[in-house]
Amino acid sequence: MSTHEFIGKSVKRVEDKRFITGYGNYVDDIVLPRQTYASFVRSPYGHAKILSVDTSAAKAMPGVVAIYTGAHVENVNGVPCGWQVNFKNGNHMKEPKHPLLVEDRAKHVGDPVAVVIAESSAQAFDAAQAVVVEYEELPAVVDAAKAMTEGAPQVHESAPNNICYDWTLGNPIEEVDSALAASVHVTTLEFVNQRLIPNAIEPRAYNASYDYHNDKYTLYTSTQNPHVIRLLMCAFVLGLPEHKVRVIGPDVGGGFGSKIFHYTEEALLTWATRQIKRPVKWTSTRSESFLLDAHGRDHITKADMGFDANGKITALRVKTLANMGAYLSTFAPCVPSYLHGTLLQGLYTTPKINIDLTAVFTNTTPVDAYRGAGRPEATYLLERLIDLGAHEMNMDPAELRFKNFIPPFDGVNQPGYQTQVALQYDSGNYEGVLKKGLEMLGYEDFRKAQKEAANNGKLLGVGFSTYIEACGIAPSAVVGALGARAALYEVGHVRVQPSGKISVYTGSHSHGQGHETTFAQVVADKLGIPMEDVEIIHGDSEAVAFGMGTYGSRSLAVGGSAIIKSIEKVIEKGKKIAAHKFEANLDDIEFSDGKFIVKGSPHSHHSATFSDIALRAYIPHHYPDGLEPGLDFSSFYDPVNFTYPFGCHIAVVEVDKETGAVKLNRFIAVDDVGNIINPMIVDGQIHGGVVQGIGQALFEGAEYDQNGQLTNGSYMDYCMPRADDVPMIETASQVTPCPHNPLGVKGAGEAGTIGSAPAVVNAVIDALWSGGHKVKDIRMPLTPERVWRAMQN
Amino acid sequence: MSMKIQVKVNGVNYTNEVEPRLLLVHYLRDVLRLTGTHIGCDTSSCGACTIHVNEKATKSCTMLAVQADGCEITTIEGLANNEELHPLQESFRECHGLQCGFCTPGMIMVSAELLKENSNPSEEDIRRALEGNICRCTGYHNIVRSVRYAAEKKVQAEKIKTEEAVV
Repeated sequence: MSTHEFIGKSVKRVEDKRFITGYGNYVDDIVLPRQTYASFVRSPYGHAKILSVDTSAAKAMPGVVAIYTGAHVENVNGVPCGWQVNFKNGNHMKEPKHPLLVEDRAKHVGDPVAVVIAESSAQAFDAAQAVVVEYEELPAVVDAAKAMTEGAPQVHESAPNNICYDWTLGNPIEEVDSALAASVHVTTLEFVNQRLIPNAIEPRAYNASYDYHNDKYTLYTSTQNPHVIRLLMCAFVLGLPEHKVRVIGPDVGGGFGSKIFHYTEEALLTWATRQIKRPVKWTSTRSESFLLDAHGRDHITKADMGFDANGKITALRVKTLANMGAYLSTFAPCVPSYLHGTLLQGLYTTPKINIDLTAVFTNTTPVDAYRGAGRPEATYLLERLIDLGAHEMNMDPAELRFKNFIPPFDGVNQPGYQTQVALQYDSGNYEGVLKKGLEMLGYEDFRKAQKEAANNGKLLGVGFSTYIEACGIAPSAVVGALGARAALYEVGHVRVQPSGKISVYTGSHSHGQGHETTFAQVVADKLGIPMEDVEIIHGDSEAVAFGMGTYGSRSLAVGGSAIIKSIEKVIEKGKKIAAHKFEANLDDIEFSDGKFIVKGSPHSHHSATFSDIALRAYIPHHYPDGLEPGLDFSSFYDPVNFTYPFGCHIAVVEVDKETGAVKLNRFIAVDDVGNIINPMIVDGQIHGGVVQGIGQALFEGAEYDQNGQLTNGSYMDYCMPRADDVPMIETASQVTPCPHNPLGVKGAGEAGTIGSAPAVVNAVIDALWSGGHKVKDIRMPLTPERVWRAMQN
Repeated sequence: MSMKIQVKVNGVNYTNEVEPRLLLVHYLRDVLRLTGTHIGCDTSSCGACTIHVNEKATKSCTMLAVQADGCEITTIEGLANNEELHPLQESFRECHGLQCGFCTPGMIMVSAELLKENSNPSEEDIRRALEGNICRCTGYHNIVRSVRYAAEKKVQAEKIKTEEAVV
């Protein structure tokens, strides 16, 4: 179609200028005429009966406009769950109401009891302090295993033993059991994949307004998917007509999953603006973010991996308990099931796999998709087991992986790889990434240095993680069969302006990923025009016809493909207009490098620029009979399969024998995300993802006490990775194109987080084994105390 | 009760009546509507609100507006010289030192102070200088590169200047 002037190049980001000069436009920056401000009264208890709510003193406070309690929204629906997973016996999962304000019982710290709306945020905050709530504290349960025991406090009456659902996938358990029984060696690991708090640096913020005269609502929201929010809020919560509701996700300061979900505050503010007929804004404090933004992970797992005498994996058996928190967040049920169980094949030829999962309610913040969502948990499980297996069998962990890798396949000449757990991988060259990683590391030299260090009383370790993920989410019919209540296509609308400039409207949303650059690179190349002639518009339900948003590393694979479809339609119509202009046959018209030409013709009058043809489409004075004017196409793209990025992450650590402190000396990431449009942006995604994974391995973890209090709910207590905690990240790419989407891309947003945590933990375990400490597991985060204790046993 | 303050922000003098409890960051954002300075936490831990007060990098959530009475303040909006970007603004773009952009103003303001004090900082110096500012997107890798890049460009520019002077 054209030579690639932009695709594959590290084009500097077009969106940067507004951010580096302070002119970004985030929700909290927006103030509307007659603006009011909301502040919430929230349960200080993990589990409590609400005996009374007295708002009389608060109502008399200066500036108060309105106060609403649970009684006011008694007849309003709660926020819905978007994915239904059924019990093994076919029964519908337990799906208790998640009310906008709680009336009788608070089920986790932070559950909203009342909202105060006032003229200023300070007045709203002051008056919220004056609302008197009488509570009767009830026993709470925070641990998923304890929640299932006899006599445990019940979070919801409708969910006996706090069980939300149970679920299984893979080969029949009897077959897996007997394969394990026949194995020469079985590695068993019981471990916790701890709860994480996403911590996008922009706290969630909403600003809802109601135009009484036109009966129209506008909601500004810090979301990853404005159309999904509009759909869920209108259809399932408030019963509003969608065409009367505009949802705008302007600049959004990071998401990492936590801004996918439809939160109670979004619906409540939209409901409240209708009551007071004034705009109402709420910006979460960081303390509220810790308590309310959906958390991630929180699995308790026991897993067994069997090996034969040659080190070939014979079977994998997994039993997992997943903590859902107090309510079902929007996509919570699919995370430990369809985004976790389906990835347990990993990169290996394991012939028998079974997962048995139970999802449980507790008096904690709801848990949902957090960067990687299920796939980091699957990778952690597999990569810890195979590394530990190598140690136990006295084999080399890299060699053991090479023995077990699925052989290379491109998905074109060789078919996709059918796993034991439902998915069919698209294309892969798994040994390639490990080979490259080992070269970058200098593996042999490292092992020599490690031995020497051990002789000198120093503990050096290397940890591997060879991961795969399912991205490009997802074929609608497939996810529909698995319980999704939404489809997962994307919309791409290409509007050619009469001058030949392009406005592209995408249902994807950028909150750091750089869509305004990457998508423009693709469009400019495909049409052979300068990048400045392309504007990418996203995040406004009134500008963009529809969209499913950004998560699951899907933007380019799905959203980009939808744009490509529209571009193809533009070119096809352009050819008709050109054929008429040239008085040539349509079949003889070619489009290349931004020009329509008659194939093989040397005449300059047989060539027209893209902008010539665009102008003709809008001023159709000399125009093909029966062809509509205009050059404007919208397309829906529904992928035929997931995409499967993969890679190899390697961590090198030194453990301080005296203190247990871990120093991360090197981190190597070789990722294969398919074709790459902008290497600079892909590298940036990998860097950030890797450090989030390092955060899980070494620093982060939500801690609850027995009463359901989050005891580290601030940056003073929850340890975020900081600049002086991490090294430079050494990145490299391998390219195995995706065979089933037009750009051949697989997605890069989550790879870093999925691959990195087990590499770091494996490295620490390797360091300990090098010093004779045959430690199987250390619970993440690997604080100096935990590592030190592990060495004492 | 309110108190009168006079401040100079990005070269412009302002006189306002403010509540004594108003934080400086809220004054900048809500009163002056300079929204480039962001709020990312409530414990003075994230650094998103970093500005310069009398040329010193300061987390503007740690000061009351009334404490800034008589001070000269620079925010991210005042860093560029008209249309000419500050070298750090250039280098953050050049090295992809930002993704979502929310921590970026604080990162740039704290880096500007570092480069004033140390024109040729090592990777370690930079990481130490940035440890009061949290970024969740970049893993800090490209932020560190951005600061190095700005420093190197400055060193180069000064070298050229010196050479020219010698000639």
